[in-house]
Amino acid sequence: MPVYIAKRLLVAIPTLLIISIFVFSLQKLLPGDPILAMAGEERDPATLAFLREKYRLNDPVIMQYFHWLGGILTGDFGISLRTNQPVLELIGQKLPVTIQLAMMAMFFALAIGIPMGILAAVWKNTAIDYFANFVALCGLSLPNFWLGIMLILLVSVNLGWLPASGYESIFVDPVRSIKTTLMPAFVLGTGLAAQIMRHTRSSMLGVLSADYIRTARAKGLSPWTIVMSHSFRNALLPIVTMSALLFGELLAGAVLTEQIFTIPGFGKLIVDAVFNRDYAVVQGVVLCTAIGFILMNLVADILYVLLNPRLRVNL
Amino acid sequence: MTVLETIAPLANREPSRAWRKLRANKGAVVGLVIILFFAVLAAMAPLLPIADPLATSWTALRKAPSAAHWFGTDDLGRDILSRMIWGAQSSLLAGVVSVVIAVIIGVPFGVISGYFGGWADLVISRVTDALLALPFLITAIALAAFLGPSLMNAMIAIGLSAMPIFVRLTRGQVLAVKTEDYVEGARAVGLGHLDIMWRYILPNVLAPIIVQATLTVATAIIAEASLSFLGLGQQAPAPSWGSMLNVAKNFLTQAPWMAMWPGAAIFLVVMGFNLLGDGLRDALDPREA
Repeated sequence: MPVYIAKRLLVAIPTLLIISIFVFSLQKLLPGDPILAMAGEERDPATLAFLREKYRLNDPVIMQYFHWLGGILTGDFGISLRTNQPVLELIGQKLPVTIQLAMMAMFFALAIGIPMGILAAVWKNTAIDYFANFVALCGLSLPNFWLGIMLILLVSVNLGWLPASGYESIFVDPVRSIKTTLMPAFVLGTGLAAQIMRHTRSSMLGVLSADYIRTARAKGLSPWTIVMSHSFRNALLPIVTMSALLFGELLAGAVLTEQIFTIPGFGKLIVDAVFNRDYAVVQGVVLCTAIGFILMNLVADILYVLLNPRLRVNL
Repeated sequence: MTVLETIAPLANREPSRAWRKLRANKGAVVGLVIILFFAVLAAMAPLLPIADPLATSWTALRKAPSAAHWFGTDDLGRDILSRMIWGAQSSLLAGVVSVVIAVIIGVPFGVISGYFGGWADLVISRVTDALLALPFLITAIALAAFLGPSLMNAMIAIGLSAMPIFVRLTRGQVLAVKTEDYVEGARAVGLGHLDIMWRYILPNVLAPIIVQATLTVATAIIAEASLSFLGLGQQAPAPSWGSMLNVAKNFLTQAPWMAMWPGAAIFLVVMGFNLLGDGLRDALDPREA
């Protein structure tokens, strides 16, 4: 297994290098002189020349890239223009908030998606299946920022059950933390629940038509045992690996949810950075999201091998 | 009819069968009707007897739905129904144009990668893998931020973010098709690479691309609404469903109708494209024949 993980990590290196080129190139898309954008109101030629020298903008582009990459590799993602903090430190502060939100969203997605998928597969082509498919279709089509707004209107404004915005760390006040993240996590998890439902249904349908299930039925096992012990356990493999992949997407999906519920996480960081023209932060967030996504891909691959005994033998 | 045409797969030369299957699929028909409804509404916007979507009225600020304003008015007294109909233009345009950008760039790269293999495939596949590791919305936000906020730039950002999916999909399809007898036959009679790709490969990989394109329009419409909601898409005062929701969230208690209609419209159109995409997948899938 360690050799397998090492191989997968090696494969990720060229991917990360290409992503770094993309992220670096983003600043070259900026219309006009980036130093003027960075300097804001400041137009003193000496200051502009100093900034140009500081950010090595007089060097050839390729040298600028390697200088920038060298910084990234040593943990120097630049300094936020708005807060004057190192970008990596800023990301380190915001990321745990988004991870908490993403984990709760994943809980909702699994708790809704898996049972619905199983029911739809077991009762294929019945009213239950049609209903589950319709709910999944709605989940995939609902813009989550609209769902968030509607839930705020219903749950917070009209019923007054949960706060409409804000965040509290789970280590400071766990009850308030859950109260503030419950609704955003549900909003974030709905689209995912729909995908997990569809995946569970198709995975279960594949297993339920297998020969060994027919044998289990012929042996007279109870339907519950057949579905839960024989079918679901085997159908779980692709669901687990897909969930790991979707977790990476949750980090990105949190952008709008955090904006609506004013949660000071990773997603809100990039939006605030965009409006403050804090480009080093935007680049840092994009790069970290990609790294997170690649790591979750790796986790998915490892889980796939760990959970599948037939693959484990070949390692 | 040439010999090559006679051995090309039947599945792709029977549009009437696929069309029959699509018409028999109730979900797809509902999806198509929803899309057509909004498309006709958007196209007819200048001809419809509706209020000017930009006309403000200080005497009609945040008025609830009534006979005069069916969907109510917004914070500047503008008619929401009118803004919804005009907003359909930018949403549908953004959805379609973004996907056209993604297809126009992604499909040729996918064909080249799958057909030629070797270094071209290695480079294109590596870059595609890297771009696929960048989450769709984050990439679109970053691109829109660096390009500058406007509907056009939002469409470019969404199109470029969606492009890698088409490269990978097309490459996979081309790998399966390029070893078929009719492609070998085309090679044997001395046709050039460009001819083979254009006349024999591309038509036979189009079905899954059409399905993916339809489903991606749904994603692109949500992405455009998301960017406009964040202020990175359509700019005020021009109407767009996403920017209408952005304003509406500030008046939830005073004027909840401002948030209801644009969101419902996004939901319906996206559902329409999802239903049509699912229907097309079933209709064009040769295994379902």
